[in-house]
Amino acid sequence: MSSTTPATEEHPKVSIATYIRGNLREYGMLIALVAIMVFFQIYTGGILFKPVNLTNLVLQNSFIVIMALGMLLVIVAGHIDLSVGSIVGFIGAIAAIMTVQWQMNFVIAGILCLAIGGVIGAAQGYWIAYHRIPSFIVTLAGMLVFRGLTLFVLNGKNIGPFPRDFQQISIGFLPDFIDMGELHSTSLLLTIVIPAVLFYMAWRRRKLNESHGLEVEPFNFFLLQNGIIAAAILFLGYMLSSYKGLPNVLVVMLILIALYTFVTTRTTIGRRVYAMGGNEKATKLSGINTERLSFLTFVNMGVLAGLAGMIVAARLNSATPRAGTGFELDVIAACFIGGASASGGVGKITGAVIGAFIMGVMNNGMSIVGLGIDFQQMVKGLVLLAAVFFDVYNKNKA
Amino acid sequence: MDNIILEMRNITKTFPGVKALENVNLQVRQGEIHALVGENGAGKSTLMKVLSGVYPAGTYDGEIAFEGEVRNFKAINDSEDIGIIIIHQELALVPLLSIAENIFLGNEMAKSGVIDWAQTFNRTKELLTKVGLRESPDTLVTNIGVGKQQLVEIAKALSKKVKLLILDEPTASLNEADSDALLNLLIEFRKQGMTSIIITHKLNEVRKVADHITVLRDGMTVETMDCHAEEISEDKIIRNMVGRELADRYPPRDVPIGETILEVKNWNAFHQHHRDRQVLHDIHVTVRKGEVVGIAGLMGAGRTEFAMSVFGKSYGHKISGDVLMHGKPVDVSTVRKAIDAGLAYVTEDRKHLGLVLNDNIMHNTSLANLKGVSNATVIDDANELKVATGFRNKLRIRSSGVFQEAVNLSGGNQQKVVLSKWLFSNPDVLILDEPTRGIDVGAKYEIYTIINQLAAEGKGVLMISSEMPELLGTCDRIYVMNEGRMVAELSKAEASQESIMRAIMRSGEKK
Repeated sequence: MSSTTPATEEHPKVSIATYIRGNLREYGMLIALVAIMVFFQIYTGGILFKPVNLTNLVLQNSFIVIMALGMLLVIVAGHIDLSVGSIVGFIGAIAAIMTVQWQMNFVIAGILCLAIGGVIGAAQGYWIAYHRIPSFIVTLAGMLVFRGLTLFVLNGKNIGPFPRDFQQISIGFLPDFIDMGELHSTSLLLTIVIPAVLFYMAWRRRKLNESHGLEVEPFNFFLLQNGIIAAAILFLGYMLSSYKGLPNVLVVMLILIALYTFVTTRTTIGRRVYAMGGNEKATKLSGINTERLSFLTFVNMGVLAGLAGMIVAARLNSATPRAGTGFELDVIAACFIGGASASGGVGKITGAVIGAFIMGVMNNGMSIVGLGIDFQQMVKGLVLLAAVFFDVYNKNKA
Repeated sequence: MDNIILEMRNITKTFPGVKALENVNLQVRQGEIHALVGENGAGKSTLMKVLSGVYPAGTYDGEIAFEGEVRNFKAINDSEDIGIIIIHQELALVPLLSIAENIFLGNEMAKSGVIDWAQTFNRTKELLTKVGLRESPDTLVTNIGVGKQQLVEIAKALSKKVKLLILDEPTASLNEADSDALLNLLIEFRKQGMTSIIITHKLNEVRKVADHITVLRDGMTVETMDCHAEEISEDKIIRNMVGRELADRYPPRDVPIGETILEVKNWNAFHQHHRDRQVLHDIHVTVRKGEVVGIAGLMGAGRTEFAMSVFGKSYGHKISGDVLMHGKPVDVSTVRKAIDAGLAYVTEDRKHLGLVLNDNIMHNTSLANLKGVSNATVIDDANELKVATGFRNKLRIRSSGVFQEAVNLSGGNQQKVVLSKWLFSNPDVLILDEPTRGIDVGAKYEIYTIINQLAAEGKGVLMISSEMPELLGTCDRIYVMNEGRMVAELSKAEASQESIMRAIMRSGEKK
């Protein structure tokens, strides 16, 4: 072959239209989320965006989002975890026993709960990773076992109320240091700082990419996109600040989202998980310990489910045998709506978070409207199917 | 007076970038056993796929006449309906169904969907008697040996009123006794007037059963020999199979060969699943600095199994033996340790074992050496991009950029991505398993050039290939492997296609 001119790195000018088309999936979901929000805002007569409802929305969905972070890794690795709902119930029960019955310090109890979550994840991950039992089966077993254990340790009864400190995980808000009357100062400050930091990071990233000759989005589009994000954060932050401030759990959630985005996009362990989900054999033959990696994704999932268990229990202010029932399906649906592939290797943290909020806003909006639980389930099911169809359709067209 | 049952005329079949068959002619007479021989990749299987309708009419040029009529098969069903049945090398049986269920799968003896088991069992018994298999019809296929499974396949063919039976390497995985039984069965069928085509590598079998032999080479018919008109020697068959000039398809290399880098001693291994079957016997291999060493052999000789068992024990169990790098014993019990010891293995199956297809070139390139592009587990994007772009330019990977997904690349470019990955892990010895399989001539030349560069940089290369000309054109030394044993070691001067083939055939017959 004589036509072997060395490949050169081109600097293509991308138009906005082609850029959006190339990233259709993410924008599509974001636009869908916004459309759903606007729809319910109008349909509920303006209740959806009221500060008190926005606060509720965050409180109601934080644990789903937190578990979706772990579930995304599990799904990307090519597995599934059906047991998280039962783990939520079990950890809630353990937390109640430790803090209510044994009157343990809430910090120590919290750490122990996370550790127990990790051990549960390890116990399931062991069978999946080292004995190659399909995750569907192992976690189905776990779902039954830990629901049963929840009933056992609670003796079929509710335990509550929790000590005040423990409750603060879920229902507390950021404290204020400066008095600003109606508005909460710390929350307002964060509301201004966060978009500024995000904008700076996006800007630096863009400059870095440009200097390496990478394709970047058109400048106007960059401004528009980041402007909208900043405006949205400012709006939501202002609304929350005008009520009770930013909930503690929102801060925890944001930190975790940032952490997991970083881990999945920038670190070697994140890269390995994606590679393993894409082609486990090739990854193993590249010298990567895929067994250990699978194992760790389940340990991680267990810890996050433990955290979610404490948040749920603190929010209800009591541990109940039925807590967390059916959560696994919401969490898994959030990941698939957010673009994760059931065959592994594909999926993004941002997608899973958007997927969780699509589910959350629909739950919230439909409840406000007064739609029965029967219709709510049907609508959610159809949305899941439509989102995944959209994925498959796009892939086949490409 | 010759009664021709099948005639394939001027068959030409092209795949993107490769001409697999070129004006191939094949005449098969009624009631004979016709042997089709040729090297790996000569086009035998492709020709049979054309005949059976796997490649439907219209995707190839030329015509097929069966029983005097020109036929255009649109699918396998069309050829089966008129009595052409092919039994593939990989048996198409469902392991967890019974013999009877397998024989009538898709062709059940049923009335309006309800299976008549009594009739099914009776018919199965008749068929099993015909092929000489003493097993109950309700035995599960997984519980009988490969030889008997082969007989079940033949019984299945008989159930379909077969006129022309095609067997693709039927004895490749059979032992001596089972092979003999199978060949005798074919001779028995011939007496009853059935026609068969047998594709095989084993020339002693050809001489035993064949009436005519057609030799294919590089997708062309070389010669059809009549076994009754003259005495056909194996040497003549071999000459026909390999008789081709080595043109300038291989770039020259002038690299001084240094001290031994890799030495594998007394290497034994057992089969991954059939745990008492030994697949590698006392193998000894050395590779020196700047040297390209080949391993020749037929498919199933154990070459890939050998390479993978050395590379982190990725194949087999009860592996024993020593691996020495630069004279010192090293631990290769996991892939990571093998890589750290200085080994790299470029797999023959790049789609399933080599690449993460839905990921991009950059991520595939860094996968085996993520440490090399990261600081304290955080990946340095700029560095990774530089590395990937560097290899893309050096190996001339044709793509829209390093962000193109591997799945959209041509075979040759995919192979270069796999090579990039392993070059970036900076090994001392690269094991290349069929490095040019399924890629076009131009890309092959580029791969050979890369191999030469590696040798010039002082690395050792161990190359497994089923294409003998490729081995002869690129290697300084060639090991010949057969049935899990190294049966010959040939210097560049000694090596020729004839000497390699002879070594394989002789070792096979000795048993």
